[in-house]
Amino acid sequence: MYAQLVKSEGKSKAELTPEDHAFQARIDAGEKIEPKEWMPEGYRKTLIRQIGQHAHSEIVGQLPEGNWITRAPTLERKQILLAKVQDEAGHGLYLYCAAETLGVSRDELLEKLHSGDMKYSSIFNYPTLTWADMGAVGWLVDGAAIMNQVPLQRTSYGPYSRAMIRICKEESFHQRQGYAIMMKMANGTPEQKQMAQDALNRLWYPSLMMFGPSDKDSVHSVQSMAWKIKMNTNDELRQKFVDQTVPQAEYLGLTVPDPNLKWNEEKGGYDFSEPDWDEFFNVIKGNGPCNKERLGARVKAWDDGAWYREAMVAHAKKKAARRTVAAE
Amino acid sequence: MPSLPDIMTPDAEGLAAKAAHGGAHAPAPDADQDAFFEFLLRMGDNALILGHRNSEWCGHGPVLEEDIAMSNMALDLIGQTALWLGLAGEVEGKGRSADDLAYLRDAWDFRNVLLVERPNGDFGATLMRQFLFDAFHFHQLQALTKSADARVAEIAGKALKEVSYHLERSAEQVIALGDGTEESHARMQAALDDQWGYALEMFAGDATDAKMADAGIAPDLADLRGPWDATVQAVLAEATLAIPENSYVHKGGKQGTHTEHLGYILAEMQFLQRAYPGAEW
Repeated sequence: MYAQLVKSEGKSKAELTPEDHAFQARIDAGEKIEPKEWMPEGYRKTLIRQIGQHAHSEIVGQLPEGNWITRAPTLERKQILLAKVQDEAGHGLYLYCAAETLGVSRDELLEKLHSGDMKYSSIFNYPTLTWADMGAVGWLVDGAAIMNQVPLQRTSYGPYSRAMIRICKEESFHQRQGYAIMMKMANGTPEQKQMAQDALNRLWYPSLMMFGPSDKDSVHSVQSMAWKIKMNTNDELRQKFVDQTVPQAEYLGLTVPDPNLKWNEEKGGYDFSEPDWDEFFNVIKGNGPCNKERLGARVKAWDDGAWYREAMVAHAKKKAARRTVAAE
Repeated sequence: MPSLPDIMTPDAEGLAAKAAHGGAHAPAPDADQDAFFEFLLRMGDNALILGHRNSEWCGHGPVLEEDIAMSNMALDLIGQTALWLGLAGEVEGKGRSADDLAYLRDAWDFRNVLLVERPNGDFGATLMRQFLFDAFHFHQLQALTKSADARVAEIAGKALKEVSYHLERSAEQVIALGDGTEESHARMQAALDDQWGYALEMFAGDATDAKMADAGIAPDLADLRGPWDATVQAVLAEATLAIPENSYVHKGGKQGTHTEHLGYILAEMQFLQRAYPGAEW
């Protein structure tokens, strides 16, 4: 999920070549597209943007939760959180590898992240202020991500689909861990319960924003759906997320911060308030509460690590040279 | 990616059950229980504080693979902490759990060596510290697998598997960075010079160490020095790094006199337990 507002590069009908038609027929037949096979440039570019944004979201997404690793309240919680954040780094790794099969290197993608040319999910520009946020992020943010990633296991691009299958297994585990933290907090002391409610208040709308604005009229979305890069509309997924999450909040005894939330018998789902889309576009533009810190932390890690990476390369070259000399 | 911490494996329960019934090698009856408790705190606190420092890198490593590897070491060390401090609480016999010991002691009751509490510095300095510690930890655990106390031997056996890998990795990295570029060489030499006197505290024995060695619970520290020197000398030679001539030893950690840094680590680590006493998380 961590892909929002991904621009799709389709052609108009008149521009389509016989290869394009044959390609679309393969996708319609449910075939997987593999790295070395022919694909339209637009398909390749759109996938690079989407997988790249997803990968960036995983590594930037390490930061809000990483923020509490050193303050985790028990040894067990510390281990669970560390393992989770480490999983996210692992997801980043699978996804950068999937993007590499499309002919773009991890370093190129990172450069674009650092320069601001590529984005990551808006959700990670919100702060994690209490321990309950470790529960709410797992429950809501991973929950929202799963909504999108489960269908993406069937996406048309083979490496992306396979990465998603691995990632989904871990994400659903993370979501359960997050919910377990929420249970402890919601059933804990009055302060803990207050922390849990506060976390839900702050993270509810940003979680709804993760699906992106309504895309029912979007041309990009139509093309991406035809290519099976995008499997559902943003609104469909948002609805599904709300329908799934509201009863979970009720079970916790917490109140979803939406006075308009109401079960709609006719549509078989909840009616709910839209998030503040002005806020969303501001966060995307860089005006969110943590944009500068998050990107700054990534750039700092990369810049501070330059000498390390250079040294590892230099050592590998020297070692290879010594081996050649030894062999002669 | 490992998703489940070791603390949740049945292994811990097995250990506890064995401990309750006394193993084939029950603790020597004449072993000084206060000294044994101190020794176990040293084991647990070294793992806890180094694990904490390593975990500070999570999300900030120089390359994704190393970020993951560093978190993995942190995870192993926190897992080992739970086992050592769990046993410490049992030996103490006052009903304190591993969490109580980790989260509710003040700095003067911590028994880790100063080396592990010092700030990370750059990634190379973190790896140098890791290597100097791993080389000690590895030989120490190897000896502890033959401990007269079956509980100690079991924990050591489990930890040794992880630490063998830590040592292999940190040694490789120290070699690569010492050999890599002029800059990386200079950084690693500076890190070694800076940390050497702190590393030597690991061999500074006291009455607690002597009692543990006499009871056959832990090895004589002097016996670990030879194997440590051999490992360290071999790796540093390959890394083209020079062992510092200054052999001044910075001590105090093992007896509870720490650097200023530990207080800040604890202020952060213990915040929730201190701010909300008795809450369950």
